[in-house]
Amino acid sequence: MSPRQRRLALVLGGVAALVVATALVLNAFRSNLVFFFTPTQVANGEAPVGRSFRIGGLVVPGSVERESDGLRLRFAITDQARTVQVHYQGILPDLFKEGAGVVAQGSMQGDGLFLAREVLAKHDENYMPPEAAEALKRAGHPVGAPTQFIQAPAPAPGR
Amino acid sequence: MSTELGHLALALALLSGLCLAVFPALGVWRNDRRLMDMATPAAYWQLLLVALAFACLIENFVTHQFSNQLVANHSNRDLPLNYRVAASWGSHEGSMLLWILMLAGWTAAVAALSGNLPQGLRARVLSVLGAISIGFYLFALLTSNPFERAVPAPLNGRDLNPLLQDPGMVFHPPLLYMGYVGFAVAFAFAIAGLLEGRFDSAWARWVRPWTIVAWAFLSLGIGLGSFWAYYELGWGGWWFWDPVENASFMPWLTGTALIHSLAVTEKRGNFRSWTVLLAIMAFSLSLLGTFLVRSGVLTSVHAFATDPTRGVFILIFLCLVIGGSLSLYAARAHAVHAGLAYGLMSRESMLLANNILMVVAMLAVLLGTLYPLVLDSLGQGRISVGPPYFDAVFVPLMLPALLLMAVGPLARWRQTPVPALAHRMRWAFAASVTTGVLLPLTAPSDYKPATALGLIMALWVASGVVMAGLENMKSPSGPLDPLRLRLQPGAWWGMQLAHLGVAAFVAGVTLVSSYEVELERKLAPGEVLQVDRDLALRFAEARLIRGPNYDGVQVRFEILRAGEVVGELSPEKRRYAASRQVMTEAAIRRSLGGDLYVALGEAVGDAWAVRVQKKPAVNWIWIGVVMMGLGGFWAAADARYRRRVGAAAAVPSGSAEPLR
Repeated sequence: MSPRQRRLALVLGGVAALVVATALVLNAFRSNLVFFFTPTQVANGEAPVGRSFRIGGLVVPGSVERESDGLRLRFAITDQARTVQVHYQGILPDLFKEGAGVVAQGSMQGDGLFLAREVLAKHDENYMPPEAAEALKRAGHPVGAPTQFIQAPAPAPGR
Repeated sequence: MSTELGHLALALALLSGLCLAVFPALGVWRNDRRLMDMATPAAYWQLLLVALAFACLIENFVTHQFSNQLVANHSNRDLPLNYRVAASWGSHEGSMLLWILMLAGWTAAVAALSGNLPQGLRARVLSVLGAISIGFYLFALLTSNPFERAVPAPLNGRDLNPLLQDPGMVFHPPLLYMGYVGFAVAFAFAIAGLLEGRFDSAWARWVRPWTIVAWAFLSLGIGLGSFWAYYELGWGGWWFWDPVENASFMPWLTGTALIHSLAVTEKRGNFRSWTVLLAIMAFSLSLLGTFLVRSGVLTSVHAFATDPTRGVFILIFLCLVIGGSLSLYAARAHAVHAGLAYGLMSRESMLLANNILMVVAMLAVLLGTLYPLVLDSLGQGRISVGPPYFDAVFVPLMLPALLLMAVGPLARWRQTPVPALAHRMRWAFAASVTTGVLLPLTAPSDYKPATALGLIMALWVASGVVMAGLENMKSPSGPLDPLRLRLQPGAWWGMQLAHLGVAAFVAGVTLVSSYEVELERKLAPGEVLQVDRDLALRFAEARLIRGPNYDGVQVRFEILRAGEVVGELSPEKRRYAASRQVMTEAAIRRSLGGDLYVALGEAVGDAWAVRVQKKPAVNWIWIGVVMMGLGGFWAAADARYRRRVGAAAAVPSGSAEPLR
């Protein structure tokens, strides 16, 4: 093989590999995007039925009901405007609390119930209870927004 | 008092960083030896001052000086001593100071160990490192000062996030930052090389050990982070494709490509401009990772928008570094000579394929990490990219890389005849395929082709290492002589160990994802849960416990094998006093064969919701990572890197004129 042919083969091979990889990546990307909807959007019927998505908001205080097996439960998520009922089976993360922010991933059932496959309540080292942050803010010493949850829309103060 | 002392030391360190950036560069320009020689004391002074600042911060934490805002926010009187020390880098400000300390440490190490470098190159490398450090000093002093006073000083602190009160916090950030920051050295060498127009094999030989050490630290840091997440978060997962994880994984992938590309640059003089580009990319991704994790943009684009100073600072710094270095690259790279010719089937082409695969994988991770952020900041709605995307992209990209990994080290430089290579690998191929196909048959669960494929890959990589060993044992007289392996250099041993580590890693991932068992049940005292055919757990008792800064409940489970008690596991549910935060402490029975993992959910009366997991071979994942890291150190310790470079090798072979 002459150096010219060799270079051509290398370039062609490289391009082919890149095309395959790009197709692979974009295809996987498209089919694994998870969209986020607020309870208002869900209540208005904007969320897809049958496709997995994320919903976020506050757990309505007093809405958590457990079945006797201790694993199945239902609770309501609100954005202070509308509320969505959620079903979940499994162990909840430590930060799941009534009145606190939460993000759930799952899909809508036909009857307007959201069946959560996963409940996320995520923390990092900047974690600070929102109440403490709020108190500080009122005192005139904001310390940066509370970052307890990912993807939870900013809760309206003074719920 | 020590708070002000630390602040002063940090400000003086900025001054020494300025000296380090300016004087050696001036010396190169005016060809003044004395100015160039100022790099060494400036680097040492910088380390001394930063170490002093860091010591002051640790002292603040250890002696409970809540008048320091950082201590007030991240410590507490009840916090144990070791976590008070670790808390000094448990916050944004503290971790930036840790980053600066690491950079000062690497810079001083370069100053101390680069005596055999040509003076001009050495001065330029240190000057670039000084310039980088200036950016970070300004960042710390202007936007994230760890020595801010709290007025009035609170009587007690808010406590360190309970998640971080773990030995993992003591070791994970320093290791990870050693890796991140270590790529700054490769970057500085790349910039200095571009300025000087020199990329000969001597240049590559100087950069290689630094890059490999940085890569090894990063590997260990990521591995430890994964290990920590596994036992601390209570979910039993070892990798979540979380943006924070991806932020550290992207520099790792690029760094992996870089150390392989550097091998070719050193041995054959090929891939020079590609190597330089990778060095720039690896450090830029380290900065990007810092930006992603530290600006708050990941938690919420809106949080970033409300306090943008930090994020904007890093973003500008990032643009300066990437833009500046790429412009320099564009202006100078054409002058970098191509190396020797090589054939389509050669070690060079295989390493090139490895490089392409690593970079494509990095770009795929980058897409999945940044796309949601971009979309959100454009107001196009919130999305997230789930782990299935990363799995679907990553596995197919890594398969050819693993295939090549066994063959590459056996292939010859320049041109390797395929039939001969196939002949040498025929037994390795037959053995790994038959074992990989047959082994899953012995498992009690269903046969999955993916399991067989994963095992074949792991065995194939391992057999490549065995073949390399066997071939090097061959003596001219015929019989195999293991003692002949002593002739192999440290770099060879390090590479084989790291590749074997990859095999262990792949085997661990395959086995745990194929055969893990997860059960979630409510268990009352005295009840027994059958985990699999011969393993069961009995709820023995629940009792209240009290720790130094928390109280909680501990449930003792007995492990039953065929009715006999063979051990116990005691997971806990803790509530930390200062933050009122509830934490799950999983209990794990570890063995090489696999883990039994128990975590508590919520209490239901006197019963508990319990998550029980069986994780076969999960520890092989981290054993593999440790082997990769140790392999890196072994390779970097190769005596050939420390040999003084003779005058002949120091003649620049790149044709570009040195930039003035």
